[in-house]
Amino acid sequence: MLQVSSVSRSFGDLRAVDDVSFDVAPGRMTGFVGANGSGKTTTMRIILGVLGADDGAVTWRGDEVTQKVRQRFGYMPEERGLYPKMKVAEQVVYMGRLHGLDRTVAQRNATELLEQLEVVERAEDPVEQLSLGNQQRVQIAAALVHDPDLLILDEPFSGLDPLAIEIVLGVLRDRAARGVPVLFSSHQLEVVERLCDDLVIIAAGAVAASGSRDALRAQFGPSRFQLVVDEDAGWIRDLPGVRLVELDGPRAVFDLDDEADDGAALAGTVVRSGQGERDQAVLQAALQRGPVRGFGPVVPSLSEIFKEVV
Amino acid sequence: MTMDTARQAGTERTGTEHTGTSFWSATRLVAERETNAHVRTKGFWLNFGLFVVAIFAAGLLPNVFGGGTPSVAAVGPEAEQIVAVTDFDVQQVSDPEEAEELVRSGEVDAAVVPDSSGTSPLGVRVVGLDDNPDDVVSALSVAPPVDVLEPSEVDEGVRFLSAFGLAMVFFMFSVGFGMAIAQSVVTEKQTRIVEILVATVPVRALLAGKIIGYSLLVFAQVAVLAMLTPIALRAGGQDEVLSWVSDALGWFVPFFVLGFVLLASMWAVAGALVSRQEDLGSSTSLVMALVMVPYFGVIMFYDNELVMKILSYVPFSAPVAMPVRTLDGEAQMWEPFVAMAILVLTLLASVAIATRLYSGSLLQTGSRVKLGRAWTRAD
Repeated sequence: MLQVSSVSRSFGDLRAVDDVSFDVAPGRMTGFVGANGSGKTTTMRIILGVLGADDGAVTWRGDEVTQKVRQRFGYMPEERGLYPKMKVAEQVVYMGRLHGLDRTVAQRNATELLEQLEVVERAEDPVEQLSLGNQQRVQIAAALVHDPDLLILDEPFSGLDPLAIEIVLGVLRDRAARGVPVLFSSHQLEVVERLCDDLVIIAAGAVAASGSRDALRAQFGPSRFQLVVDEDAGWIRDLPGVRLVELDGPRAVFDLDDEADDGAALAGTVVRSGQGERDQAVLQAALQRGPVRGFGPVVPSLSEIFKEVV
Repeated sequence: MTMDTARQAGTERTGTEHTGTSFWSATRLVAERETNAHVRTKGFWLNFGLFVVAIFAAGLLPNVFGGGTPSVAAVGPEAEQIVAVTDFDVQQVSDPEEAEELVRSGEVDAAVVPDSSGTSPLGVRVVGLDDNPDDVVSALSVAPPVDVLEPSEVDEGVRFLSAFGLAMVFFMFSVGFGMAIAQSVVTEKQTRIVEILVATVPVRALLAGKIIGYSLLVFAQVAVLAMLTPIALRAGGQDEVLSWVSDALGWFVPFFVLGFVLLASMWAVAGALVSRQEDLGSSTSLVMALVMVPYFGVIMFYDNELVMKILSYVPFSAPVAMPVRTLDGEAQMWEPFVAMAILVLTLLASVAIATRLYSGSLLQTGSRVKLGRAWTRAD
């Protein structure tokens, strides 16, 4: 488990990271989300010891992160770095050996990874001859070659086509399944949404929200529902406690206010308390008017949560 | 909890394949990569090949040009009689026009023809092609005997050429490979691979690896060139120069090694201060000046005893100036040792300072890093 505790860092007058705390748990993919300049990269660089923190601490399995421990981390910086003239396989092997692997293990791991990432046929080409997307795959191989204990990946999916995203995703999930904590940042929220188990949302250098994805959804998502009937669903806006978000003929999307009028009569049904009952009340009302073709909660997307907390 | 322990056990299992990278093994890996990458470039072999060619040219060419016995065309009995006392290759021709033709075609160096104007006391004239055929003229002239009170061990020309040669070798290697070090540092900064490297191995190992890698590459070349030099000189039959040069190499090689490492640490810092290849020119100018000092200093003042004495103690020019002075017999026995001690101390200080500046500037991107800022930024 990686623990970031009250880490702060300033550049001149700018407080880039302000009292940031979160955990990255074993076997979990933790998405690190925030706008540009919100402090994601700075936090990651502090974890890797590339930057010093002014305050706070980063611990790994309860201990301070030393050079020796850090050597067992895998890191993919936001600004990609590979030797342009070095051959792909050679480069990945070199990275493995720098991390302490002996040559044979490094070679074996490199070949495996390049195969998994589907760039093995370019293994003997200099990196500069590869497309940017393929260079990115090599970059990921370079971060993973030493079977790291922890993965810190800054924007691992930017610049990848959808197919490549799936491939990389598969490799990362595989690592997480082996018990490796994975922290990755991204501003492609839909990718993060699909991929992460836990989420840390950072805004202006401070953690705005963190926790498991599902818990965050429950916490921050508005209680939103969709109703589909046969006729025009416009009547729904007259129900107390219902805020119509979108109306498209027979389809209505609405929010239920948390503070609904207690004891309000709703087509003969009394709504007393709790959303769970109030949504049923709306359904009842709809059924009284005719057939209902669809009804259910609308799960908030990450970008909606993001907009809400930031 | 049990899941977590199992997972941790799992990751620790993969951890058993790791021995970890110590400072020295990281340094070795970096050095190995740098030399491998450099040896594969065409420029490296081209450069080395040029040095080999230059050494053989210096050994053999004096025989091809200038050296050897002059050949003359002699016209008439008087001319034949005069040239007969020399060891010239003589070609007898019947008339001056034919002799002139031979001179023009380059078949002979000069022609000795009867003097028709009657102004020559010898009764002959010497005909050359485009300048005075001095060796022919002096062989035919009478000169008073000369006593030299303090004869130099080697003649002036050879001395100058040797000093020039050593300066040239030091200059070429310092600039060529110094620039390669600086470029290698900038490449890592520019591609941002440095971020991964810094997160993985100690910064000192990166710097040490680069300096050691390039230094070994240079020493290997200098060693090969030092071995080829006697072969080239012997092939050219220049035994006198050979003994002089082998003495010179005896001091030059250790001075060169230390001098190169001193400059290498500075080149690495010059590279770390900037973030783009295009900006290297500005940051390397100071180091470049320090390389120029021995080069031009020795070439311009090799005859000035005082300046050479000063240059032979200044760490940047000592690698060239001190060996030259030792050979001229100008330096006392102890002098090269003192100069070398100064060089070693400067080297140690320079590496310590360079390490700090390198660490302080390596992760700074954007505009050129000021030295003061690099110094204070080092953690």
